[in-house]
Amino acid sequence: MRRFVDLRLRPSINDPDQVEGMARKASELGYRLVGIPLPPNVTRDKVDQLQRICSDAKIDFVTRMDLTPKTPGELLQDLRRFRRRFEITSVTCTSRRVARQAAKDRRVDLLLFPATDLHKRFFDHAEAELASKALSCLEIEMAPLLSLSGFSRIRLLSRLQREVAIAKRLNVPVAISSGVTNEYLMRRPHDYAALATLFDMPTPHALRALSEDPLAIVKRNRKKLSPDYVAPGILVVRRKTGV
Amino acid sequence: MSKRVRRRYLALKVVCEEPVNGRDVMGAIWNAVLQLFGEYGASQASLSLIEFDPQKNCAVVRCSHTALEMVRASLASVTEINEKPTVIQVLGVSGTLRALRKKALLQG
Repeated sequence: MRRFVDLRLRPSINDPDQVEGMARKASELGYRLVGIPLPPNVTRDKVDQLQRICSDAKIDFVTRMDLTPKTPGELLQDLRRFRRRFEITSVTCTSRRVARQAAKDRRVDLLLFPATDLHKRFFDHAEAELASKALSCLEIEMAPLLSLSGFSRIRLLSRLQREVAIAKRLNVPVAISSGVTNEYLMRRPHDYAALATLFDMPTPHALRALSEDPLAIVKRNRKKLSPDYVAPGILVVRRKTGV
Repeated sequence: MSKRVRRRYLALKVVCEEPVNGRDVMGAIWNAVLQLFGEYGASQASLSLIEFDPQKNCAVVRCSHTALEMVRASLASVTEINEKPTVIQVLGVSGTLRALRKKALLQG
């Protein structure tokens, strides 16, 4: 059976009731793993609390950091400082230079572009080529599709159609996430897959973007963060226990 | 000989802060189909309400089998009914009403 993943639930992390409500709802809707964006300076206690809430709701929890750097230098600095504290690193690209740097950096897992300011969606052929070499993934948030209407939704759909076509041509994996801030915008994975057909993503691809593709990132990063990981292909299999 | 029309039946659960009736639900669904796919798309959906249970807030709607994805996308895009935040969840899809009821019973 498929394990569905929502890598971007956005409850207020200071409101445990909201986190609990959304985690329970996600579990009820058929998700098995959720990611919640956390501020870089989040405390260990807060992470443990979120972990506990999600485990009570019978759902796996993944820590995620959303960076919004202004310059490539700031991005590199943030990655150096915080990368190993979180399981998933996402970069919201607000300038072309940041987008290019994020796409070629192997420490960046997800590339996210603003949904409302379409001039800042820099996912073109060059970006996709860099992302495909660095194993970065294009993240598509579904919440704006539900909250926008009329001309702004039409323009967003047309942009997403172009981006999905480019990603497919250059084999860049796509991750679909909800990006919702309240329970009323949460939908089942199959509903998101149906919505994804609006931007020309066939249902099987959309289902993969909701399960296998994001799950592969989580697995890869958890392996990398484990104490037994040394380098790609090298793992500690046994430790010397005293002489 | 004309080919038999294939249909799909969808069991829906309407989650809304206020009580709603079948008319409100169908109005919201039609609006969503019209907004996303226009009049031509809506004409191909062959949408109709089969039943609505106001106690459980559950509905069964029928559509053409070729328009299933279109209807699912439209259902997912419904965010409010009578200006109140609303979610329409698809509980199950089937080719016959009998199988749909069996599925819905299994899901509780």
